[in-house]
Amino acid sequence: MHSNNGTDPHAIGTKLPAPEARYDMVVVGAGPAGLAAALAGAGEGKSVLLVDENPVPGAAMGNDVPLLFGGRMTTATQNAERMLETVFMSEPMLEAAMEAGVEVLLGTSAWGVYRNGPGITGLPESVVALADKDRGWIVGYNELVLATGARDLAIGFPGWNQPGVMGAAALERLLAHYEAFAGKRILIVGSHDLALETALLARDKGVDVAGLVEVRSAPQGQAALAEAVRAAQIPFYLDDAPAEAIGGIDGVERVRLRSGAEIAVDTIVLAIGLVPSIELIDAMGGKRVLDGARGGYIPGENAGVTCVGDCAGLADTGFDHVDYRMEWARELGKLSKPDTIVCQCEEVTRADLLGVQPPRYLERPAPMQARSLDTLIKDGPPNPDQIKRLTRAGMGVCQGRRCRDQVAMMLAMAADGPFGSVPLATHRAPVRPLPLRILADWEESEEMRAGWDVWFGIPTQWVPYRDIDTPREREHQQAIAEGWSL
Amino acid sequence: MTYVGMPTPKETPQETMAKIAGTASKMKVVVVGGGVSGLSAGWWLARSGAEVTVLDKGIVGWEASGRNGGGASHYQSPLFEEEQRMWPHMDALLGYPTEHQQERLVIAVSPKQLNQYHYLAKMNNDMGYRVDLLTGDQVRAMVPLAGDNCLGGMHYRFGGHANPQRSVQAYAWALQDLGGRIYQHSPVTGFETQGGKVVAVHAASGRHECDAVVVAAGPQIQALMAKLGVEVPLAAARAEMIVTEPAPMMPIGGVDGNGLYGRQTLRGNLAYGGGPHEWLETLEAGPPARPSSPLTRNLARRVAELFPKAAHLNVIRSWAGIVENTPDGRPIIDRMRDPENVTVITMSGVGFGLSPASGHAVRDLVVDGQCSFTDIAKLSLSRFDGIGADWREQRGWQAPKAELAA
Repeated sequence: MHSNNGTDPHAIGTKLPAPEARYDMVVVGAGPAGLAAALAGAGEGKSVLLVDENPVPGAAMGNDVPLLFGGRMTTATQNAERMLETVFMSEPMLEAAMEAGVEVLLGTSAWGVYRNGPGITGLPESVVALADKDRGWIVGYNELVLATGARDLAIGFPGWNQPGVMGAAALERLLAHYEAFAGKRILIVGSHDLALETALLARDKGVDVAGLVEVRSAPQGQAALAEAVRAAQIPFYLDDAPAEAIGGIDGVERVRLRSGAEIAVDTIVLAIGLVPSIELIDAMGGKRVLDGARGGYIPGENAGVTCVGDCAGLADTGFDHVDYRMEWARELGKLSKPDTIVCQCEEVTRADLLGVQPPRYLERPAPMQARSLDTLIKDGPPNPDQIKRLTRAGMGVCQGRRCRDQVAMMLAMAADGPFGSVPLATHRAPVRPLPLRILADWEESEEMRAGWDVWFGIPTQWVPYRDIDTPREREHQQAIAEGWSL
Repeated sequence: MTYVGMPTPKETPQETMAKIAGTASKMKVVVVGGGVSGLSAGWWLARSGAEVTVLDKGIVGWEASGRNGGGASHYQSPLFEEEQRMWPHMDALLGYPTEHQQERLVIAVSPKQLNQYHYLAKMNNDMGYRVDLLTGDQVRAMVPLAGDNCLGGMHYRFGGHANPQRSVQAYAWALQDLGGRIYQHSPVTGFETQGGKVVAVHAASGRHECDAVVVAAGPQIQALMAKLGVEVPLAAARAEMIVTEPAPMMPIGGVDGNGLYGRQTLRGNLAYGGGPHEWLETLEAGPPARPSSPLTRNLARRVAELFPKAAHLNVIRSWAGIVENTPDGRPIIDRMRDPENVTVITMSGVGFGLSPASGHAVRDLVVDGQCSFTDIAKLSLSRFDGIGADWREQRGWQAPKAELAA
């Protein structure tokens, strides 16, 4: 018998902890779809936990997490208590859910879903990992309902990497739920339903809407919505696109359009499209499918997980969102310059992304400079995960929210294929940036502490070569093995 | 560009390169596996003039080679001095950045850890590799993110770290620049043998004729070598890492301890791994998935303990990699007797840091039949001759049965 006696004290075994609570149903996201699911579950007598990340901590908003806030939130968002009240009051159904017996946790994000499956069998059961401003923890579930909504699609153009360039979903969040939009006058990019609805909402909330810019030759959304926008005296700039956002220390001050028109605004709202928030599904290794009519990548069939609302896919109106955003990406790409930033966190320019060049703090010897996306494409379809490792695009603190989609589009265009011919960069848990101290398991089991090791716990691995098969070998092994557990 | 704490090399890497140039002219070598060990071997062989073809089931460096902690301080290995000689020159030799950085610190937050580090320091000093012991205050002066809980540590005046993903791509590109060919998404389906030699390798990309084969396919080595009638005992397991947003740069980024391995990247991110692993079945097609687990939380805790002044930093990703281990955790670097033109290399989980040297060793085995710069006899496959079929069970390394269904 081997000295291990048939057990490996450093294997995962039963070291991963059981969840600290269990629910018949856990619902992530307290928008209309999540609330409806939670209420229905409670109505059937189930124990239901409903979590929603709003209000989002001010620091996260500053990193455009989870939406593209573009730095245009007021200082009110720094007051967590006030925000909690505002968010709660903005959604009357929250109170109804609580009265129906749903446990509601606001300011609580779901950052991972873990279940046994290919490559992992060590979990005691399927769990959702949660975090609030004080701590992280895990809960068990029988049914998991994801109602995580949709996030902003960002496509860069010259000057987009400054405060004042934000997304339509972020604007809606700030106007309708946080009462915390700091802008005064906006220009909206796009003219499909999202853009038209954003224009009308902003107008209703007293924001001055300078117009909508549309790359195609006619407004793209429902005729009635377009008519309502026109009736509100909001102009369309058709066959046009933002060529440059020009600004100062506080961000955007005006926009120059391709046609030459200059418009004074403090905020540019990207309303080209929304992306279903599939982060949790993707990070848990779930299935996803591409459906242009429903906003891009949407969840596939995933046993035990139900997706509702926008995260399951936008409403299919027959409009191809992917075609539309690709058309925008091509046009904004043409208007961009080599030094236009693609990844804001890591300051990756368009030229460096397409050249697969390393960040500026590294040397670029001649062979490196001679490399480009073309040379990678010759070796197989470009993979965004490979390119992000080389260029660092998508590797920053916003977790690729600002550039994942546009990088995928740029790679597809560079490879001369349709969107989807190049895989999407993967999402990884935690799907929200979370501080070490919050994420940490400060109450881990003795079993975990005792069984911890740096690397596989094989003492023979670390015996100096010259001492192998000598009397010193055993001494080294013992000393090394004894020191492993903390 | 040499180390304070290492013996002075007898020869510069440039001199070695001059010496090997042309020694393998017209030799056709197929390397199975585009991980760091296969690519380094391919690069060394190409520097010797061989016509090198690398076949990979997916993308170069996609598995453990591109997912590890980037450490380059494996003093226990007979390849270590060669690795130390080569690393500081690799950027220049390859023509691409690897982010290689010299020296390491290991710091303790418990008395037990400190004891162990003192033992390891002595073990290294006995080998002639210089390690300085540090007090808690000395650590705090050198590691701005360390806290009051730090009891001391050690300073390797050798070793270091590099960026795994960038380095793997550097090997691949440098190999291509020398005329080598890399076929990605091209799993090997079989070997054609004749007169005790492999004469061609069949893969998704076609039939590749060869004078020699290097099998460097990580966990898949076992199934591939079984096709040649050679048993290579390997067990795969999953290991996990996390990374934070950038922290202010520390003077030495290669800091670990507290049960962790890892480093501060040149961008400033703190990338760390460690902790319990999960044994898996070794499948020919490669791992079905590389999921991370809630171990992320335990890693976060240990990083926060290691660097209390970084506890506020956001964790932005976690990931896992599948690593193969031999029964004793030591590499196998060996040329087979039958078929006699096949060389196998598995580094048993410590392949990245040693890659500049392991490629040299493989080049020597393929071209000359023996390693020119160090004794690697104890890394031969034959040490496992007669190992029982239940060797995994004996060690408690068996995969849960559910894995088979995956």
